[in-house]
Amino acid sequence: MAWVDTILQGLLLGGLYALFATGLSLIFGVMRIVNLAHGDLSILAAFLAVVAVESLGLDPFVALVLVAPLMAALGYGLQTLVLNRLLGQGILPPILVTFGLSIIIQNALLEIFSADSRRLNPGGIETASVALGGQLAVGWLPLITLAVAVAILVGLQGLIGRLSVGRAFRAASDDQETAELMGIDNRRLYGLAMALSLGIVAVAGVFLGIRTTFTFASGPDRLLFAFEAVIIGGLGSLWGTLVGGAVLGVAQTVGAKLSPGWGILTGHLVFLAVLLLRPQGLFAKARRVA
Amino acid sequence: MSLLRVLRLSAFYGSFQALFDVSLEADEGETIAVIGANGAGKTTCLRAIAGVLPVPAEAVRFAGDAVGGHPAHDLVARGVVMVPEGRRIFPSLTVEENLLVGAYRGRPGPWTLARVYDLFPVLAERRRQPGPNLSGGEQQMLAIGRGLMANPRLLLVDEISLGLAPIVVRGLYRVLRTIAAEGTTTLVVDQDVSQIMELAQRVYCFRKGAVSLEGRPADLTRARLAAAYFGV
Repeated sequence: MAWVDTILQGLLLGGLYALFATGLSLIFGVMRIVNLAHGDLSILAAFLAVVAVESLGLDPFVALVLVAPLMAALGYGLQTLVLNRLLGQGILPPILVTFGLSIIIQNALLEIFSADSRRLNPGGIETASVALGGQLAVGWLPLITLAVAVAILVGLQGLIGRLSVGRAFRAASDDQETAELMGIDNRRLYGLAMALSLGIVAVAGVFLGIRTTFTFASGPDRLLFAFEAVIIGGLGSLWGTLVGGAVLGVAQTVGAKLSPGWGILTGHLVFLAVLLLRPQGLFAKARRVA
Repeated sequence: MSLLRVLRLSAFYGSFQALFDVSLEADEGETIAVIGANGAGKTTCLRAIAGVLPVPAEAVRFAGDAVGGHPAHDLVARGVVMVPEGRRIFPSLTVEENLLVGAYRGRPGPWTLARVYDLFPVLAERRRQPGPNLSGGEQQMLAIGRGLMANPRLLLVDEISLGLAPIVVRGLYRVLRTIAAEGTTTLVVDQDVSQIMELAQRVYCFRKGAVSLEGRPADLTRARLAAAYFGV
């Protein structure tokens, strides 16, 4: 029964990883940009929530209503004012610029908030749990996190599959020039994609901050887990991202159960195994011709 | 006043000059043929009009506005729509989704999904299939239908018959007549002159990046056309 519990906790942890990974996967899918500041931006969102909680006396979940749109606006500005300038120059310039951005964000957070670790306190729900019978219990917070992750994925899938802007995302991903010839303003479209990405990562950052403590330097780990979830699930597949997050979460909790120091390592090993045995990921979109 | 006026247009790919002082015009409702051999500059000229190539603003005037070098999406909003060479169907979209992307700007006009399906019944049959599943001729129909969904004032069709069977090409030319009857100004590029000369009101022949001959098809003899086309 202890093992069932471990796997259950891992699956729920996967919900959080999927939240981090979704935004990363979205912008890579739409504009082939690898955003190395993705993890630091989630931590920035968590600190913004700290400010909202401390200065306005808000509940962290309520603060999210402010922080997510703010991060989305930041994403739109970041893309249209900075990253769009790098379009058409290959894959390296965006990597260098977002790497620089990552360092800037970390140092700015250190300067403003010091190196102390922080936490968002939602007033009890983070320790409350629901009993499933037979000595099994799951925390409300991981359950809510997973539910929110699934809801966001369902919403995003609907947006990409059915709405005009979603078709434009896929068209621009297929063929940028022809998308422009059909009247799509790629630069504005990319701004919207980055806004969505950072809005979602803001949710991830705040849920992280409620679940555990974080510091100015917590971003790169989040980025790594997000990458692993995306690769395990398969690039370009949103549901694959959820499964990738779950696989990574289960690997980490099972590893930690075997020996407390093995959690993160086991996650990396499973990631490497997937990369070795099925490099396209578990749910890769069918390869298209040409 | 002409709807489209290209005036002394020169265009470059890096240091290579592809167009030399090209001038051409299209009046509202006209069908214009652009012919010429491979590498004569036909596609480059279309790409400059459609906003894909950086050219001086005054080199391209549309409905009186200097629009040279404007971004392509802005030109689509004004009604300049290009059906690119090689069809360029979006591979991860279905047939119907490809058509809907054409309507992205939501320009008002006569063309709707239902009317495009009337024009190309085969697209209606295959609406749920991925674009790449279509044959070459069907893909060209889809590319033209996608362009029509933008409700163009000026439709640019590049290399309409390239790689297609003669019977398919005849079908496409019937469609061009329907589009012209709708009052849409069209500029059609083809290397095969036989069909296009019957359709167009005026023809421009390109050779080595310049216009080597222009006129009404009835006024052009075969010999003059051959000379302008091949330079012999």
